[in-house]
Amino acid sequence: MNRQTQKRLLGIAALVTAAVIWQIIAEYVVGRSFILPSVTDVAGAFADLLTSGTLLADIAVSLEHFGIGLLAAFLLGVPIGIIMGWFRVADYLLDPIIEILRPIPPLAWIPFAIIWFGLTTQAAGFVIFAGAFFPILTATYSGFRDVPKVFVEAGKVLGCDTSFELIRYVALPAAVPAIASGIRIAMGVGWMCLVAAEMFGVSSYGLGYQLWHNYYLHQMPNVVVYMLILGFAGLIIDRIFRNYVDGQLLRWRAGEVA
Amino acid sequence: MSGVSIQGLGKAFQKEDGTATQALSGVDLEIRDEEFVCLVGPSGCGKTTLLRIIAGLETATTGKVTVDGRPVTGPDPKRGMVFQEYSLFPWRRVIDNVAFGLEMKGVAKEERRKTADRYIEMVGLSQFRDAYPYELSGGMRQRVAIARALANDPDVLLMDEPFGALDAQTRNRMQRELLSLWDETKQTIVFVTHSVDEAVYLSDRIIVLSPRPGTVREVIEIPWSRPRDRTSADFAEVRRRVLDMINETGNAQ
Repeated sequence: MNRQTQKRLLGIAALVTAAVIWQIIAEYVVGRSFILPSVTDVAGAFADLLTSGTLLADIAVSLEHFGIGLLAAFLLGVPIGIIMGWFRVADYLLDPIIEILRPIPPLAWIPFAIIWFGLTTQAAGFVIFAGAFFPILTATYSGFRDVPKVFVEAGKVLGCDTSFELIRYVALPAAVPAIASGIRIAMGVGWMCLVAAEMFGVSSYGLGYQLWHNYYLHQMPNVVVYMLILGFAGLIIDRIFRNYVDGQLLRWRAGEVA
Repeated sequence: MSGVSIQGLGKAFQKEDGTATQALSGVDLEIRDEEFVCLVGPSGCGKTTLLRIIAGLETATTGKVTVDGRPVTGPDPKRGMVFQEYSLFPWRRVIDNVAFGLEMKGVAKEERRKTADRYIEMVGLSQFRDAYPYELSGGMRQRVAIARALANDPDVLLMDEPFGALDAQTRNRMQRELLSLWDETKQTIVFVTHSVDEAVYLSDRIIVLSPRPGTVREVIEIPWSRPRDRTSADFAEVRRRVLDMINETGNAQ
């Protein structure tokens, strides 16, 4: 048995064991589905939710919130990070503002998200943006600060005459790995903000909203279903992104720390 | 036509506390077209600074540098530079690294790749044209860096200890290859090195700089034909003279 199959088999065995223990505790020790729904309760709830039809719609709505927030964070975070990382005056100007805004927990923006945008997808997107913007900004900024000086000088002696050319052809490609890892962190933060934003009523759809709504209805098996779906969706999004980025970057980064 | 003329050159670096370090002072030097000169001197004598000023990466505090009669005001592809550190862009394949300068000039893709291929062949790396820099050894990377500088067809090739990070064997091979490249392209070459052996092996003239603030202490002509025999008595004699000069002035400090 090679290491890969061994890893897989042991992983599956552990999951099955955990499910069995969960089932036994839920059914024979706790005995109340409200306190701890069993595996079979959750599986049944999942089947019901799937056939009742709102599940896929909720996933779609949550992904929409997530997409809006992340896209906005990317479109603003990367350019501002570039400008701050490249031009010292911009760094000195913007840094105090950023440093004051950054420690504000993204969820503290929820009241204003609702006041500014109402109960819309944009409001939920805004909260996610508040969480995802700073990781992208700081990763881009430090990616630019860490561009090896010799690359910039090589660019200059090879004919990059303007800051734009140096950024476009030297600094930005050199900073792409840093920016990519910033985006990955931002996606993790954004996904957490998504649940909170939807739970606090910024939206009346979505996985987070449904999780909270089912709690009010005391449908605890449904709550577990939404919890698991949130976990899986987060995992899948991260995996897709990582595979894509690795595929692009590994071509030239294979020699460095993987 | 592509000589380098340096007159009364001085460079002071401003430090954080407001004082200045005089790195170079009163450097006068004429480098002829198609000449191969090496700059040597004790550590910290400013030989790299001098090279960087010729490249336009640093500005002189006093005096001036002209290449081909035109004053140096900033970096320019007409003055190619090979750095000591590995300076290839790791995200570009060998071919696109070599074609980088032509891309900046706006040369069309087809044409710049053709030119790049020619220079890659010149440094003997045709089979690695599609490789990424991490796939190459240190010596190969520096050969690509040389090809990249040459692809711009510069008037002068400036080399800052390009073989400093290589092992002795690779280094000797690179020196031979550089000489045959030079034979082919007839570029003016200004070469900074720590190794006196390297300087005697390569150059038409060795410029020995004094300790900080660096100035031209002595210019040694080496009229011998190439390839040179490192083990000959003449070679050893010149090497010893240069070494003495560097050590003596170094110790006087």
